[in-house]
Amino acid sequence: MSVDLSLEPALRVRGIEKSFGDLRVLRGVDLDVAPGSIVALLGSNGAGKTTLVRILSTLVAPDAGTASVHGHDVVDQPGRVRESISLTGQFAAVDEVLTGRENLVLVARLRHLRDPERVADDLLARFSLTDAGARRAGTYSGGMRRRLDIAMSLVGNPPVVFLDEPTTGLDPQSRIEVWATVRELARGGTTVLLTTQYLDEAEQLADRIAILHRGTIVQDGTLAELKALLPPATVEYVEKQPSLEDVFLALVGDAGDTDGTPVTPTTTEAAQPAGEELR
Amino acid sequence: MTTHALTDTRVLAGRSLRHVLRSPDTIITTAVTPVALMLLFVYVLGGAIDTGTGGSYVDYLLPGILLITVASGVAYTSYRLFLDLQGGIVERFRSMPVARSSVLWAHVLTSLVANLVSVTLVVGVGLLLGFRTDASVGAWLAALGIIVLFTLALTWLAVVAGLSARTVDGASAFSYPLIFLPFVSSAFVPTDTMPTAVAWFAENQPVTAVVDTLRALFAGQPVGSDIWLALAWLVGILVVAQAWAVATYRRRMR
Repeated sequence: MSVDLSLEPALRVRGIEKSFGDLRVLRGVDLDVAPGSIVALLGSNGAGKTTLVRILSTLVAPDAGTASVHGHDVVDQPGRVRESISLTGQFAAVDEVLTGRENLVLVARLRHLRDPERVADDLLARFSLTDAGARRAGTYSGGMRRRLDIAMSLVGNPPVVFLDEPTTGLDPQSRIEVWATVRELARGGTTVLLTTQYLDEAEQLADRIAILHRGTIVQDGTLAELKALLPPATVEYVEKQPSLEDVFLALVGDAGDTDGTPVTPTTTEAAQPAGEELR
Repeated sequence: MTTHALTDTRVLAGRSLRHVLRSPDTIITTAVTPVALMLLFVYVLGGAIDTGTGGSYVDYLLPGILLITVASGVAYTSYRLFLDLQGGIVERFRSMPVARSSVLWAHVLTSLVANLVSVTLVVGVGLLLGFRTDASVGAWLAALGIIVLFTLALTWLAVVAGLSARTVDGASAFSYPLIFLPFVSSAFVPTDTMPTAVAWFAENQPVTAVVDTLRALFAGQPVGSDIWLALAWLVGILVVAQAWAVATYRRRMR
């Protein structure tokens, strides 16, 4: 979690511009991401988050500006960049015909790893997919697909991980599972750049939050720094009401996926009403 | 990166072959229409067709039927490629250290294997219907080579279709004219019975050269200049289609 800005940034973005026809999507984006940190790129739909991630993962070339990932320029050394990154797109890109395990073995082979079978089994276990590993990915629930998708991204432990709206379209339990995974990644030293349109997601996960608006980063800082931009808080007493999410999670329990296994161990009983313990 | 191109192609071809294995109906479907056509022409229409060769009609017919088999089989390549692009898995491969050419080549190799299996099925049915050949081993190998070239040429066209399509239906619709082309060739009837303009088209389109070559090879007769004409057509289409496919891929990925 500790972020040392004196290190060479894992991502360095300078003056990136990109237009599609007349539409100027990115108008000079600057961003630094320190190694091992989680940075949330926050913005509404169409703000250019996905375009920036696609440029950083070498899928699209920028019109102007430079960007480097792990010290490699995305335009001049795309091969080196691809070795350092993984991209999890907005829609779970898994092979529905293959089983979960075969999907992981496939990616391990394409990353030229030794012992792809073992890599696959380890990741299945880590993402609580061991029991579902022999089933076709097409039969998975949304949350399981997303977990498999992220597991595929982690094959070979790339130092930089891009997650493009990782929880869009997920139910609350799956969302919490994904959050736990992202935290665990950063604890292991992986740099995570995630895009989101959910404010609470950025607040929950990110060491730093960059707000992308109309093609530029309008603000970039820690949550505390961003909060400090507003006038100091006034103290008011408000009765603590559980949110609907608290109620929902307390009622259905934390482990509602179709394979029945939670990703994070939880001690919460299904009937326990208190919201806090569920986080 | 290029050092991995062969490994990556093999791994990705293994993946799409697994798709074919898990839906073997794609191979069966590919073989069903040509087999039905063969039955129709041999048992219903063939009795009234005078090929002027003296041999059995199924011997005359089979080469064209094999080409129809391949022409309908390559539609599955467009289909699978289109679904890969839509599902985002191509993006995943492209953001990984995977050789760029491997994504397309894997689909092409898969198409080759799947179509050769379908062709073998159709030849088997042809044998049951009385197809007989005097071909030597060399002639068989030459025929196989022609069919492989034909499959590769049409598959690269299928890749262009798969890359350019906007809907699943569009991805496979391109094969209809290809399936139709053998009907306006020497595949079913000799071209000299056709009206002048149609006969001119039939005699100068690639299917006739390919069909005549295959027919001569199966009959154990000299192929003459037909084989060079056929090879020129096939290599020409292959080169153009592949360049077109690669250019389309690059443009789409900008």
